[in-house]
Amino acid sequence: MTYSQSVLDGDRLALARLLTQVENDSAEGRAALIELFPYTGRAHLIGVTGSPGTGKSSLVNQLTLHYRKTSGKRVAVVAVDPSSPFTGGAVLGDRVRMRDLSGDPGVFIRSMATRGSLGGLAQSTANMAQVFDAAGFDIVIIETVGAGQSEVDVARLAHTTLVVEAPGLGDDIQAIKAGILEIADILVVNKADRPGVENAEKALKSMLELAHPAQRVFKHHGTYMSESVPANKVEAGLWIPPIQRTISTEGRGIVELADAIARHLTHLTQSGGWAIRERARLEVELDALIRETLVSRFRETVPQQQYEDVLERIVQRELSPWEAVKMLMQK
Amino acid sequence: MTEKKIRVLVAKPGLDGHDRGAKVVARALRDAGMEVIYTGLRQTPEMIAEAALQEDVDVVGLSILSGAHMALTPRVMELLKANGQTHVKVFLGGIIPDEDLQRLKEMGVTGVFGPGASTEDIVRDVRMALAG
Ligand code: B12
Ligand SMILES: Nc1nc2c(ncn2[C@@H]2O[C@H](COP(=O)(O)OP(=O)(O)OP(=O)(O)O)[C@@H](O)[C@H]2O)c(=O)[nH]1
Ligand SMILES: [Mg+2]
Repeated sequence: MTYSQSVLDGDRLALARLLTQVENDSAEGRAALIELFPYTGRAHLIGVTGSPGTGKSSLVNQLTLHYRKTSGKRVAVVAVDPSSPFTGGAVLGDRVRMRDLSGDPGVFIRSMATRGSLGGLAQSTANMAQVFDAAGFDIVIIETVGAGQSEVDVARLAHTTLVVEAPGLGDDIQAIKAGILEIADILVVNKADRPGVENAEKALKSMLELAHPAQRVFKHHGTYMSESVPANKVEAGLWIPPIQRTISTEGRGIVELADAIARHLTHLTQSGGWAIRERARLEVELDALIRETLVSRFRETVPQQQYEDVLERIVQRELSPWEAVKMLMQK
Repeated sequence: MTEKKIRVLVAKPGLDGHDRGAKVVARALRDAGMEVIYTGLRQTPEMIAEAALQEDVDVVGLSILSGAHMALTPRVMELLKANGQTHVKVFLGGIIPDEDLQRLKEMGVTGVFGPGASTEDIVRDVRMALAG
């Protein structure tokens, strides 16, 4: 039996093995992705990102517990941690905080190293998420450390992106990068049991105002909303990221966070945002595949030696890269 | 196509709180280029087998300094087998008396390392077990 059929039949070992194939971008993995593609597009992808140690894994643990207790939804978690740039190895420790989830057949946790691939991380994470989607998981949570561009790219895959901050990370504002704030659909101030929550929340609020200069954000029924935007307009398509407080170690604020996520999902489906995000994501994927295919096709037509020679001439400044491309592509 | 990475689960079964050795070994394997999933303390054999399955690891490393290895190890082996992960190599470290070594080998444990074991030896044996 093929991987994909076993995965569709709910075989967990086949699922685990296929995830490895997909992560390694093997021929088998690719073949399975093609077969599974018609079964994808149903899962709600939730990205969880933020500075190291803010409590992302603890939060994922609590959110997943909440979903499992209050609905029949099946939840998959992809927990991404950095590979060492020197050895290529990694210690993936997110599971330590997710021990409450073990023993539940409705949950599947997979750890993943960044493997230092340039831009490839977003693609392989997207592929892993697609496998879970096809395997019938209703919610796929992707945890990444919000440290660099590749993590931002990963977070962009998600339908709903949570950016997690915590008080007491030095100068609160410094901890969060502007680029990451822009991708936030929901801001979470975790570790709300710690001193400095007010400051962290204030800092986030003022950064939100910077990120959304057209709107003045104010507090309304416990969530931040924009006063320059009338209520009907909010319904018509504008989403102002709410700020949610949580204490992940105690499970506090999780119900409210899950409500905010549900509101965002409703907003996405009603405003057409879901379709727009899907389309944008698939377009990026298609473009990347076209580029990759064209490059490898082209490279097949050019003997390695000729390629090396041209490269050497560029190094010697005898030829510019632009001329080289013209020359190589002419034949 | 990316190269295939060796994936190792390092787990601490039972109530044993000695985690230094497990962390030392996890770091050594990482420095050898492997991907190590660390599960933390107080894992039941069921939790370990479940994690080994979800993570599709090549190796499970158990660190036991409490003396409970003769109860915990066979249970983990059984569960791995029941899950169809018969190809997974199991390594054991910690306080393991010599008289238990023979029975552990018979259970299918690939390698056992005690206090003072060199991490180079551990890395080499893990690589060898997978190459063979
Ligand atoms: C440090 C230590 C502690 C520290 C632990 C701190 C921590 N977070 O780890 C503290 C003070 C907390 C502690 C407490 C106790 N300890 Co203590 N402790 C030790 C001690 C002195 C050193 C252990 C250590 O860290 N070694 C350094 C590491 C790097 O070595 P290692 O763990 O052996 O790991 C190496 C190898 O074993 C192997 N390895 C280990 N794991 C793995 C995994 C894999 C996959 C592989 C391949 C290899 C491998 O490779 C490592 C590198 O060489 C040992 C004595 C000893 N010499 O071993 C006693 C010892 C382990 N403790 C012991 C006892 C009894 C206790 C207590 C019950 C004492 C008490 N009555 O309260 C408590 C229990 C705590 C608990 N919750 O489990 C006994 C265990 C007796 C037994 N098993 O029969 C020992 C042997 C002391 C003794 N001789 O009596 N302990
Ligand atoms: N006081 C307090 N501590 C928390 C809270 N949430 C998490 N922690 C602790 O913060 C530490 C880091 O938690 P993790 O969940 O591992 O954080 P993370 O963001 O996933 O960490 P990385 O994946 O390493 O970036 C742990 O010691 C948690 O117990 C909280 O709400 N309050
Ligand atoms: Mg984490």
